[in-house]
Amino acid sequence: MFLDVLFNIDNGYLEGLVRGFKSGILKNQDYINLVQCETLEDLKLHLQTTDYGNFLANEPSPLTVSVIDDKIREKYVLEFQHLRNHAVKPLSKFLDYITYSYMIDNIVLLITGHLHQRSVQELLPKCHPLGMFEQMGAITVADTSASLYNAILIDTPLAPYFIDCISEHDLDELNIEIMRNTLYKAYIEDFYNFCKELGGPTGEVMCELLAFEADRRAFMITINSLGVDLPKDERSKLYPRCGKLYPDGLNQLSKAEEYDQVKMIAESYADYRPLFENVGTNPGDKTIEDKFFEQEVKMNLNAFMRQFGFGVFYSFLKLKEQENRNIIWIAECVAQKHRTRIDNYIPIM
Amino acid sequence: MGYGNLSIGAVSITTSLSIYFGLTYMLTNYGFRFDIGWYLTSLTPYMWACIGISLAISLSVVGAATGIYSTGVSIVGGGVKAPRIRTKNLVSIIFCEAVAIYGIIMAIVLSNNIENSVLDSVISKNYTAGFKLFGAGLTVGLSNLFCGIAIGAVGSGAALADAQNSSLFVKILIVEIFASAIGLFGLIVSILQSSGARISDKN
Repeated sequence: MFLDVLFNIDNGYLEGLVRGFKSGILKNQDYINLVQCETLEDLKLHLQTTDYGNFLANEPSPLTVSVIDDKIREKYVLEFQHLRNHAVKPLSKFLDYITYSYMIDNIVLLITGHLHQRSVQELLPKCHPLGMFEQMGAITVADTSASLYNAILIDTPLAPYFIDCISEHDLDELNIEIMRNTLYKAYIEDFYNFCKELGGPTGEVMCELLAFEADRRAFMITINSLGVDLPKDERSKLYPRCGKLYPDGLNQLSKAEEYDQVKMIAESYADYRPLFENVGTNPGDKTIEDKFFEQEVKMNLNAFMRQFGFGVFYSFLKLKEQENRNIIWIAECVAQKHRTRIDNYIPIM
Repeated sequence: MGYGNLSIGAVSITTSLSIYFGLTYMLTNYGFRFDIGWYLTSLTPYMWACIGISLAISLSVVGAATGIYSTGVSIVGGGVKAPRIRTKNLVSIIFCEAVAIYGIIMAIVLSNNIENSVLDSVISKNYTAGFKLFGAGLTVGLSNLFCGIAIGAVGSGAALADAQNSSLFVKILIVEIFASAIGLFGLIVSILQSSGARISDKN
């Protein structure tokens, strides 16, 4: 923990820059304008008046939604990499921690793609640019997780997270999902401990955000495995332990067999009870994922209320991702001319 | 980080050495050697006065420097996406600079009070003056140090808030004015302390 004034020596410029980026996030009025678009060209025109500017100017028409998606992602990835290039310790280590989750996603994407007989050349452009590391192309030569670890992953920063998932079983669909969740659990607990050690405003803001993320993962793993043949103790090994649900909630969740039991477990936590109310799958209702996204956006906006901390960098990236999801949702609805659920984006500011 | 262990180590070494020396003096009947009064008068009044002057200027400059870099980097960072804040927020830098100016004014005022003195009859008046000048320098130095730190933290917040919403700047400026007032208090007390203190034969 260091004095607030010492924070500005190394990180003052970058914090000012990130707050400037955050002020360019689309507001409610922008979304209202976007929702009224009839074609993707209209969408491009409306985005020109926002912080995005002429980012689609050089794309050949006709525009497709995947092109818009790539260009939006390119913009915030460029901003994040600019911040990372100017950062020194401990901010540089913090920003590296944020990229590890994208590395995990990329590894799982490559292995799954390889299982479905796709070539590496096809898969590499689909990887998230923030999660790139060397030897990515060589991932496909491994068929068990032990050889994957020994050959490739031991040199990446993800090596310490692999302790729990090395086994001699072949990598198939179920094992890959289990591997992804085990890696993510180790990563989020490590990140949580790092932020707690940093202390100060960083520790306070980030520990809350990461606890929410951990609990959200626990709920989603439980709900998604309700019909699947996953033994209970395997399931409980996937829950991250750094959230508010540890230890009682996680114990109860590992024994849950139905959706109503999950809802009852959430009732005893004041933070999560309102998220499970009024949820349904009828048109016009919000799904549980939407409610989690809304809560995440609210918590990320609160992170900007603290100065002299690193929470703003993490929250900026998450808010830009949410904005990306919103714009692509609206773009898909516009492109397919299916406007009934076009208002299902999550408003940010 | 490692700072926690380092400071625990430093504090424990200091405490144990002081206890060791204190006990040695006491138990060997040499306790009279631990004489604070002798130490204070063994340094000449010139030394006390000059240390006071150096503390006045150096601690004030440290405070002003902390304030300027704290505010300056936030203005630069916030000014990338909101260029309109650049000129208005220089007011915060001027407040920090004023802190350094208080320090140099006091240093000049204090240093004018030192002259050569050889007479034995005025030694006690010279010692009084020496202690007074030391106190005056320490007062203005320390109060400007913390004033500068405070202005830096508030000015940084003012710059970032102004970048988001321009109506906030004037309100946060009021907080900064109160922060700079405490430096002024140090200056006033220091002038009162050093008035009439003169190291010279004419005492």
